[in-house]
Amino acid sequence: MPKRTDLHRILLIGSGPIVIGQAAEFDYSGTQAVRALKEEGYEVVLVNSNPATIMTDPELADRTYIEPVTPAWVEMIIARERPDALLPTMGGQTALNVAMALHESGALARYGVELIGANARAIQMAEDREAFADAMRRIGLRVPVGGFARTVEEAGGIVETTGYPAIVRPSYTLGGTGGGIAYNRAELEEIVRHGIALSPMGQVLIERSVIGWKEFELEVMRDRKDNVVIVCSIENLDPMGVHTGDSITVAPAMTLTDREYQVMRDAAIAIIREIGVEAGGCNIQFAVNPADGEMLVIEMNPRVSRSSALASKATGFPIARMGTKLAVGYTLDELPNDITKTTPASFEPVLDYVVVKVPRFAFEKFPAADFHLTTQMKSVGEAMAIGRTFKEAFQKGLRALENDRPGWQAAPLLEDDRLENDDPATLRAALRQPTPERIFQVKRALQAGIPAAEVAQLTGYDPWFVGQMVDLLDAERGFSAACRRLGPDAFHALAPAQEMAELLRGMKRQGFSDAQLAALSGVGEAEVRRQRHALGIRPSYKTVDTCAGEFPSATPYLYSTYDEENESVPFGREGIVILGSGPNRIGQGVEFDYCCVRAALAFRELGHRTIMINSNPETVSTDFDISDKLYFEPLTFEDVLEIVELERPLGVVVQLGGQTPLRLTKPLEAAGVAILGTSPDAIDTAEDRRRFEAIARQLGIAQPPSGTATSTDEALAVAERVGYPVLVRPSYVLGGRAMAIVYDAGTLRTFFAQAARVAPEHPVLIDRFLEDAFEADVDAIADGERCVIGGVMQHIEDAGIHSGDSACVLPPYLIGEREQDEMRRHTKALAAALGVVGLINVQYAIRDGVVYCLEVNPRGSRTVPFVSKATGVPLAKLAAGVMVGKTLVDLGFTEEVEMTYVAVKEAVFPFTKLPGVDTILGPEMRSTGEVMGIADSFGWAFAKAQIAADGALPLEGSIFVTVNDRDKPTVAPIVRRFHEMGFRLIATEGTARYLQKRGIPCERVLKVWEGRPNGVDLIVSGQVQMLINTPLGKFSQRDDYEMRRAALTHRVAYTTTMSAASAACDAVIALRSTQGEVRSLQERHGRGAPETAGGH
Amino acid sequence: MTSELRPAYVLLEDDTWYRGATGAPFDVTPGEVVFTTNLSGYQEVFTDPSYAGQVVVMTAPMIGNYGVNGEDLESQGPMVAGVVVRELSERASSWRSTGTLGAWLTEHGIPIVTGVDTRRLTRHIRERGAMRGVVAVGDAPTDAVRAVLAASPSMEGLDLASRVTCTDWETHGPEDARFHVVAYDYGMKRNIVRLLVAAGCRVTVVPATTPAAAVRERKPDGVFLSNGPGDPAAVAYAPGIIRELVGAGLPLFGICLGHQLLGLAFGAATVKLPYGHRGGNHPVRDEATGKVLITSQNHGFAVQGEEGSDAVPGAPQLVVSHRNLNDGTVEGIRHRELPVFAVQYHPEASPGPHDARPHFNEFVRLMTPTS
Repeated sequence: MPKRTDLHRILLIGSGPIVIGQAAEFDYSGTQAVRALKEEGYEVVLVNSNPATIMTDPELADRTYIEPVTPAWVEMIIARERPDALLPTMGGQTALNVAMALHESGALARYGVELIGANARAIQMAEDREAFADAMRRIGLRVPVGGFARTVEEAGGIVETTGYPAIVRPSYTLGGTGGGIAYNRAELEEIVRHGIALSPMGQVLIERSVIGWKEFELEVMRDRKDNVVIVCSIENLDPMGVHTGDSITVAPAMTLTDREYQVMRDAAIAIIREIGVEAGGCNIQFAVNPADGEMLVIEMNPRVSRSSALASKATGFPIARMGTKLAVGYTLDELPNDITKTTPASFEPVLDYVVVKVPRFAFEKFPAADFHLTTQMKSVGEAMAIGRTFKEAFQKGLRALENDRPGWQAAPLLEDDRLENDDPATLRAALRQPTPERIFQVKRALQAGIPAAEVAQLTGYDPWFVGQMVDLLDAERGFSAACRRLGPDAFHALAPAQEMAELLRGMKRQGFSDAQLAALSGVGEAEVRRQRHALGIRPSYKTVDTCAGEFPSATPYLYSTYDEENESVPFGREGIVILGSGPNRIGQGVEFDYCCVRAALAFRELGHRTIMINSNPETVSTDFDISDKLYFEPLTFEDVLEIVELERPLGVVVQLGGQTPLRLTKPLEAAGVAILGTSPDAIDTAEDRRRFEAIARQLGIAQPPSGTATSTDEALAVAERVGYPVLVRPSYVLGGRAMAIVYDAGTLRTFFAQAARVAPEHPVLIDRFLEDAFEADVDAIADGERCVIGGVMQHIEDAGIHSGDSACVLPPYLIGEREQDEMRRHTKALAAALGVVGLINVQYAIRDGVVYCLEVNPRGSRTVPFVSKATGVPLAKLAAGVMVGKTLVDLGFTEEVEMTYVAVKEAVFPFTKLPGVDTILGPEMRSTGEVMGIADSFGWAFAKAQIAADGALPLEGSIFVTVNDRDKPTVAPIVRRFHEMGFRLIATEGTARYLQKRGIPCERVLKVWEGRPNGVDLIVSGQVQMLINTPLGKFSQRDDYEMRRAALTHRVAYTTTMSAASAACDAVIALRSTQGEVRSLQERHGRGAPETAGGH
Repeated sequence: MTSELRPAYVLLEDDTWYRGATGAPFDVTPGEVVFTTNLSGYQEVFTDPSYAGQVVVMTAPMIGNYGVNGEDLESQGPMVAGVVVRELSERASSWRSTGTLGAWLTEHGIPIVTGVDTRRLTRHIRERGAMRGVVAVGDAPTDAVRAVLAASPSMEGLDLASRVTCTDWETHGPEDARFHVVAYDYGMKRNIVRLLVAAGCRVTVVPATTPAAAVRERKPDGVFLSNGPGDPAAVAYAPGIIRELVGAGLPLFGICLGHQLLGLAFGAATVKLPYGHRGGNHPVRDEATGKVLITSQNHGFAVQGEEGSDAVPGAPQLVVSHRNLNDGTVEGIRHRELPVFAVQYHPEASPGPHDARPHFNEFVRLMTPTS
């Protein structure tokens, strides 16, 4: 069946901001879907509120709406665009939920929009756990026995039959949000109450615990002719009880016999048929009892998922792309296998390598969060590694995490492996509890002599995996012993060549990095590498070809291993290497992938051959058809250097992938590698305080008084000199890690003791903190001669809140022209002084009419995609051009764009996923994603951003105000405006008195410690529509915290800064006075409106 | 590592060779070197009699993880000439495991070479075709080993079915089963018997050379032609027997070698494929319905077809019923009038997907008298 010709215009829904459980993988799937639909000649209308994505690049879809992904806003787009069909399966749970809401409200029927990819009935059945359980029973499959509860009492009744521990899963939430494992009645009540509150249906499922069972996933595709293929099997190293997103996972399944695998495969086929996914893909999870093989079906997602992205990268079978083509009518046998190009897509990929995915967590940002891993996902990113064996892939995966571990290596300090001591009893207790560090605790346990069988039993890891780890440990011991025996000659020319070669090759074949071998032998990493190279031991590169070598492959998708044959043909000077940004983490996410991808496509257009290196399976950059060659490799110096030495490219691009490639700049340059664009020396100048201060002084640019320190005493002296409060941070900061505002010497002492560990080789920076300043970011591009401003963005939050966490507005709305021009001039002067060739980002603070330069980043910044989407200027694409010698004149970008509308970026936080964490903002970046609101006025742009960030503002009702003394003068005029709009004001004692004294009527409510009913009660009982709260000092911190958590849990809009409160007020005024409007980016950028309804 | 490894290698007849190691010494062993892409099911592969005389390269790199057991056997023991893998697991983990793969192969005297760049070897076979080779212990090929290789027989023209067939008649399934099937054993996999019995048959397995008359005497409801190793054209006695049985009006179903022999019986030709189809992921289209089956395959020869036509050259009574979507080769044939059909792939799977299992029901339907 060829593609459908009755469809012309197709609406695609993206997944909105990056949150835990819904991340870059949906940019990957959505981007594939857009490209697949365009390729087939369909007109594509896209909606996604996330400006950091590649899919929202206006060159991709025909019309791109950066608008809130909610039923109401998507319906407005449908009314305007009148698409023939809606593809809801590419944008995660968000897209699926919106599509279902539009189906249920009758909007789709009203506008004649057909759901393609998965129909409403199938979505319903897969998503409604009760209907799903019934469906499984109909086809003779087993599910964990359990029941559904809408109250705590009902839940208690169900647990009487299933017993503890009980698994609680809220219906219709993503990433297992609100779920958990209850070991007793008290925990059950807490988790159920939380789960019911978070479930849009107010329902939770109680399951029989299968904690400790083996966990598997299958990725399944089906076409209209009922052809079904299994794309990939995935086995979780962590057993049931840990969310698959938080598990180390392996593809293909390692420990299933064919008999058991085929039973699972048959079940998967029966499930996709019974649920009725007619043309598309799904992901099915199974649990298998390790004692007897009993198999249970856990769940099915009738859409692409994080696992399908992983499976696509693991196999070379692009599930989202294929799913899109199936949705428009093709059958699998009509589609070519995109890797071989000669065989059809109706087949099941076979792997001749092993893939390991490792999650990356961010608990260092959330010290108060519970770090135990459960059924609710907590990781913020992941790395994937490919090796010929499990051991190789496992070690590559761990070093690809970029967590300062060069492989499966215990941390230097016990506490970094989350252990108080290494007594066997402590280790045993630790192994029972899944945490991010457990995999390293396993190593310590095996080293301490705890038998492998016991380790397997305590962790629930299959004994086979523990056996692999024992092999690694044996190899380490053998290597260390041999190095001791050979003595100091081992790594010199005098070493017995053959023995040393065999030794090194043997270790490299098990995935050991040079850094690991250095640690094991007591020599430096460079010495290991020199000896290895001298002995001719280099990685070979093999192709991911979907067919284990059975057919020739046309697509160079490669990974390294230590085997005989190298399949990678170097590009030489035609090639440009782009270093990606590695696993997503807070502070480094999809926005850098956007830059890398945009540049890769641009280099290709300019006639170069692009080579991408990245380790993140969620991303578009690791889609094998974005670059001319893809190396799926860890972004460590060793792994990158080996590729560069093989490829001998024109140069390497380090300025687009965030800190990950930037950290490699110096060593790469030292190894003689050409860096494209801004010189490594200029990068160093900007990062080096002293060098940079000299330049700023020379250019007459003010900086807050500052100094650097390498000891506590020095730090105290510097702080004394510049004056408190001070902003303290280690150099080479990532997402503001270990950054703090310190008001006195005592706190500084404590902080310094901790921060000094963050980056021992770099000194700590101490700046005078400019309280109550406005902050601004400027993104610009320079070609070595000319510098053109991309955009000037004003932060909405006050100084002191990390720029990544602050809302910002483009163009600025409260900064005067004079100051803006000064920032523009400074930026250009800095670009010229540093000799920037490519992107530059400068952060400023403005106080009392003085413009201070806070920092300069001569590289692509987090805001590049936001500025590009807001202004229509593809900054990363232009950067690619200048890096290969084009001038901005050549590229036609010589003038800053003047905007006639307003774009607001708002940050999105993972607080709902991390119970116990305070929502107050600070200099540590904690947001995982962002959204953009774009409108003719600031009020509307801000309102849209809030709606998109799931913080919809109220149009009426009660506002609860409780702020500290410092903020009272600021809050008064804001709440007066709310009062004038008819809002009822509620305040705690101090705030109430202050407001009443100024003639603003408000009611008083008790603080938590004052008795009941108190502020929290009002929030919980739905009597508050918005909370304005700033911390009231140490005394009532707990009180504030409970209010903020209550607001978060009960989805009450809240703000913790005065500037945001003021902006919210502007937004509410806008919301109440005019109708919302949707407009595509293409129209905003002056490139045409859609044809009128029905005009196609 | 529990066992001490010593150098070993695979040598091909074009004199390329591949370094590896072995944990158990073995004699120089020749065989046709072929690769299979099955991800799981190594025990079924190694016990499949169709692999007799072949050195099997597993493209899946991690072999032996779940050990071996007494149930996943397709014959009484390993039938392969040798095994080549990238990594052999020293430990077995499965609730059904009774021991490690390495120990089991060694116990049966089957050479195993590990640590080989199996992908390089696979790509070489893909480019140059499956060819003769040897596995041997040692650092590098010696002239003595080359001589063993040179003296080994070529797969083409080799009748291996006669070597692996049973010697006595053997009956499986209940006495009172609805149908009685006589199965010609050219190297039959056990799962075929299991599935025929499950479909309601009593199965009498007979040696490959059993005369048609002896079978007809038993008055079976249908005849089955099994899978098996070697060159179909070399099984010279089979086509005559098959013609006689078809002539007697008996419903007939063939798999793999049985499919090729059925083709030969009706005048078709068989050809050696460059490197065969071995694995569990081959897409086959049912030409009648257009549906695609993911099939388990293991064959080096095929019935010759004709591009763009459903005719079988030389066999006007036959029609191509199934085709391989990767390379267009014939994967199934059917008689235009009589209840006779065969498939090149393995509907019994084991290892591999179960998509093609309905063929057993189809056979049963053909045996069911129409009222």
